[in-house]
Amino acid sequence: MGEHGEFGFPASQIGIRRRARSSIAVIGNPNSGKSTLFNRLTGLRQTTGNYPGVTVEKHVGVADLGTSAVELIDLPGIYCLSGESADEQIAVDVLLGRVPDMPAPAGLLVVVDSTHMYQGLYLLEQLLELRLPTMVALTMSDVALAAGLSVDLPALQARLGGIPVCEVSATSGHGMEELRQALASLSSTAPPAYPQSWPELSRGAEILSGRTGGGLARIDVIQGLLHPGSDPDRVLCDALGEEAVRSSRDELFGSAPPQAVEARTRYRWVQGVLAQAQFHTPLLARMNARLVRWINRPWPATLGFFAVMVLMFQAVFSWATPLMDVIDVAASGLGQWVTLRFGDGVASSFVADGVIAGVGSVIVFLPQILILFLFIIVLEDSGYLARAAFLMDRLMRSVGLSGQSVIPMLSSFACAVPAIMATRVIPDRRDRIATILAAPFMTCSARLPIYALLIAAFVPNQAVGWFNLQGLVLFGLYLLGIAGGLVTARLLKSSALKGPKPQFMLALPEFRWPNLQTVAIKLMDRARIFLKRAGTVIFAVAVVVWALAYFPRLDAPALPAERAPVAAAQASAPAADQQAANQLAQSWLGRAGRSLEPLFTPLGWDWRVASAVIAGFPAREVVVAVMGTIYAVGSNADEASLASRLRAATWPDGRLIFTLPMALGMMVFYALCLQCAATVATIRRETNSWRWPLFAWTYMTVVAYLAALMVYQLGTFLVP
Amino acid sequence: MTLADLKPGQSARIEAIDTSTAAVVRLMVLGLVEGVDVRFQHAAIGGDPLEVSVYGSSISIRKEQARQFRIAESPDGG
Ligand SMILES: Nc1nc2c(ncn2[C@@H]2O[C@H](COP(=O)(O)OP(=O)(O)O)[C@@H](O)[C@H]2O)c(=O)[nH]1
Repeated sequence: MGEHGEFGFPASQIGIRRRARSSIAVIGNPNSGKSTLFNRLTGLRQTTGNYPGVTVEKHVGVADLGTSAVELIDLPGIYCLSGESADEQIAVDVLLGRVPDMPAPAGLLVVVDSTHMYQGLYLLEQLLELRLPTMVALTMSDVALAAGLSVDLPALQARLGGIPVCEVSATSGHGMEELRQALASLSSTAPPAYPQSWPELSRGAEILSGRTGGGLARIDVIQGLLHPGSDPDRVLCDALGEEAVRSSRDELFGSAPPQAVEARTRYRWVQGVLAQAQFHTPLLARMNARLVRWINRPWPATLGFFAVMVLMFQAVFSWATPLMDVIDVAASGLGQWVTLRFGDGVASSFVADGVIAGVGSVIVFLPQILILFLFIIVLEDSGYLARAAFLMDRLMRSVGLSGQSVIPMLSSFACAVPAIMATRVIPDRRDRIATILAAPFMTCSARLPIYALLIAAFVPNQAVGWFNLQGLVLFGLYLLGIAGGLVTARLLKSSALKGPKPQFMLALPEFRWPNLQTVAIKLMDRARIFLKRAGTVIFAVAVVVWALAYFPRLDAPALPAERAPVAAAQASAPAADQQAANQLAQSWLGRAGRSLEPLFTPLGWDWRVASAVIAGFPAREVVVAVMGTIYAVGSNADEASLASRLRAATWPDGRLIFTLPMALGMMVFYALCLQCAATVATIRRETNSWRWPLFAWTYMTVVAYLAALMVYQLGTFLVP
Repeated sequence: MTLADLKPGQSARIEAIDTSTAAVVRLMVLGLVEGVDVRFQHAAIGGDPLEVSVYGSSISIRKEQARQFRIAESPDGG
């Protein structure tokens, strides 16, 4: 955290801590290096990069410019001021001062990637219509140099009406000093009266703006003219009358769609500017450029994609195990120590069985989650996720979506919450909701513990051809999740969310070596979010579950060993465990499980399994810990002893509870069920209604129940 | 001939665009306009979507939209 860290504040406080000092908006195309530059300028540690959706959180920071300081707002990347997706809409709204409690920015720092000036200058010309003090940062100057691109700065500046243009490399820091100086004097920089690319539009809009008596600014008129049928259009028609608007439109655009005319006109101008001000010295086609071209051919690219996926999941399982073992041992050691040191009264049980066991059982997954996120972040920062979207568009089209839904679904293997936020880049609301409802089906890291436990306990560890049966079952569960998500999207897209065929157009960034600093910052951010969740939500759930399982207490006579020395209690472990089981049976949780048992008997679950599953609804991560408590192995048992308890558990009539069909059914239940309050809350926030989260929860629970029922009943029928 | 008829590695100049669908207009906003040289890089498996590049930027585009872009093969071939 830089020394100015304390000036930054969370987006949620913008409305509250808003001060009179106005801010400068940092705006540019996606992947132009905007966030990297913003980080450089503000020193504010935060998530950066092209992970879709992340920058939608308004990132505000203060840039130290030596003698003065300015407040910067980092906006999501856009190509134009039309605002198709939720992400783009926010950027446009902030720029035009349409966000409540947020005045329009006082100036613009427009970030243009010097290797992609074509689209960058197009956006810049649109932004100049805002008539705000504007300057340009030409980023990636190092990349441009390596590619043999150079810019005639004075010529470019002249065509842009004299606004300051600075060449910088945000990664190396080259040119930052000049940029800071230009920023410091930005407020006294006059914007050009008219951008040069389309004077007819600018003048026409200026005249109409004059006719509204200044009620509508030039940019408001332009937005209205360019987007027939939109809100700005209605405002414009109210101010000037439909007739006047229609005749202006006819004059400016003829019969073609306004935005098409704008693209033709402004891009023709941009082409002229580039011909004059940018030079390309073709370098020898470099080895890696040729390699990249080969890798991008259809078959190598698709096979490569699957190889990357296999590597990712392999890494999650094999690299994480040693670290997880360490955490596991540490947590149970700590719990044991607490019990030994403080006896087994309420307070000690609360700390050992409630807090340490509950939170510990979640923190165990930190290594897996971080490895998953490491992969996702590296894939995304290197520009690979956009490639995945390109490669998978065909598949997604078959379920009524487009390649753009692939990125959230891939992130969903780590956690559905950031995945749902990542859907903000999907333009069509229906496609976005279908993706949001499909994402929670992907096997997230929180489902792994229950899979690991049940597979280890009930699936024989034997080879099947080249593969291991346990691995195959796990793979099958992943496939089941994917299939569940795709079928759901398909059903929704052909019923409630029926709409025009989703479009798919995407700028494909070139491969880039991920920036270590960016990756590290984002990964730390993920770890922080996860630990915070473990410390708050999971903590709360663990405490509640503990309390429900601890109270009411068995009557005193039933607890003869209560005051016995701890060593003795351990010696008679089975008796103590039995007693714990009795305690559980009459606890609130046990009572709930028993009263709901009839509902779950068709799945082969007894009241204990039912209790654990109920406890897992707010956060599925806790289910293993709850099973630990319920099966009377206490918090100190390792997984192996829990597995053996499960194998030995019986119905009152002596039949085994955990048969293979029952265990498979239970895993299928977990694969399909939405047991995660955080996901429900995120769906609520992102769809802005309770309708979709309630639907998702009910739908997934019912589907999970029916699937588990089918697996159990069929399995029992086939393998009696 | 349209953008959908190019072979991998071929370049062409866009001559005329059928702007009657919104999807095509969105592609124009990304810079696929009349008079510009585009290069067809390659397609995904099954020949759809396509990756085309314009002024060094790659854009993914579905065949359906690519057919709305009429082209003339550029003199420099490519
Ligand atoms: N070589 C180089 N890479 C850069 C520079 N600025 C950003 N990048 C990289 O370009 C990618 C996109 O940058 P980012 O700041 O996330 O772009 P944004 O989407 O506009 O916020 C990241 O991988 C950055 O590490 C630069 O000046 N030089």
